[in-house]
Amino acid sequence: MMFSVAAIAVLVTMVLTIYRAIKGPTVYDRILAVNAFGTLTVVLIAVYGFLSGRPEFLDLALVYALINFIGTIAVSKYVEFSHMGRPSGGDELGDI
Amino acid sequence: MEMLLDAISWLLILVGSVFLVVGGIGVVRLPDMFARMHGAGIIDTLGAGAVLIGLIFQAGLNIVSVKLVLIVVFILFTSPTTTHALARAALNGGVRPRVEAPPEDAPTGGGGESSKT
Amino acid sequence: MLHALSLGLVLYCLWLLLSGYFEVLLLSLGGLSVIAIVWIAHRMDVIDHEGHPIHLTARAFLYWPWLTAEIVKSNIDVAKVIIQRKMPISPSVIEVKATQGTELGQVIFANSITLTPGTVTIAIDRDIMVVHALTREAAEGLQTGVMDGRVTAMEAHKGPYARSRTGPEGGAG
Repeated sequence: MMFSVAAIAVLVTMVLTIYRAIKGPTVYDRILAVNAFGTLTVVLIAVYGFLSGRPEFLDLALVYALINFIGTIAVSKYVEFSHMGRPSGGDELGDI
Repeated sequence: MEMLLDAISWLLILVGSVFLVVGGIGVVRLPDMFARMHGAGIIDTLGAGAVLIGLIFQAGLNIVSVKLVLIVVFILFTSPTTTHALARAALNGGVRPRVEAPPEDAPTGGGGESSKT
Repeated sequence: MLHALSLGLVLYCLWLLLSGYFEVLLLSLGGLSVIAIVWIAHRMDVIDHEGHPIHLTARAFLYWPWLTAEIVKSNIDVAKVIIQRKMPISPSVIEVKATQGTELGQVIFANSITLTPGTVTIAIDRDIMVVHALTREAAEGLQTGVMDGRVTAMEAHKGPYARSRTGPEGGAG
């Protein structure tokens, strides 16, 4: 019962963040929304594991949290510098 | 005792669900990108945290709760880092926060939204 | 050396907890992977007091409950602002002085500011943090310097890792 409430809340919030990811207006809004969506996915996987009585799903949630973190950092850096290596402009902002 | 643990966990899950939805509303309603970061912050800290801690009380003391604690700690450690990276990328990309009373040495140009989509 | 040993211990505990198997073969495989990872981390030169701050452990457990209370309080404040129909926000960019002695302390302070909704660290210049605040109350609460004092008290700035910065390095975390 409680798990269904949490799952519905997560799904409603997912719709809201997807709205922001589609609406934009800047690319950074979209990255922010996708990052929040990833956190929600982690919560949804954990809740679904309890809902279906299979807590092994938590391994997936853990891995998804890792991938979400690295993915957001990588996309931020890619948007900032247009490539993943050292910046070409010669400024000091090499690492995020 | 079991009743008490159940009540605590249900309360936490309920509070977390409410904060998740409020954070989502914030991500949609707040006016510019730097303000929306605060809405995402609600989702990342109290929303996800309270739901997952509520699940810990449901699980009891075993390997499942240890994994849940790991997930909570991981989200709490990584969420500020991604926010810093994103804020830095946005500042470098020319987005400036929309402020009411700008201090003299913080540049506020362009009204907040750049055309980079 | 101490840091490497402690990192290996933490990694091995993590292996045991995540696998849940206690057979000789799997335990030794876990030991091998832990040794490989500690070796790689040693080659990357990330095993030091910044990558693995064991000297903060005891005081961190005093700091985290206070930080949790702060997070809950500011969450409620920001949630109240968001659900009001008129949304009485007054975004501002303020500058906060960080009095920590080490870069690690500054990272902890910047991350603590960001973890409490209502304030987000968007840039850092030496020991001045540029913070975006959603409401005036959040900005004023940060400018009282309570959190700064707590973080400074937590990191032992008279300890063995005093400030040794050389150039203008930006970016916290």
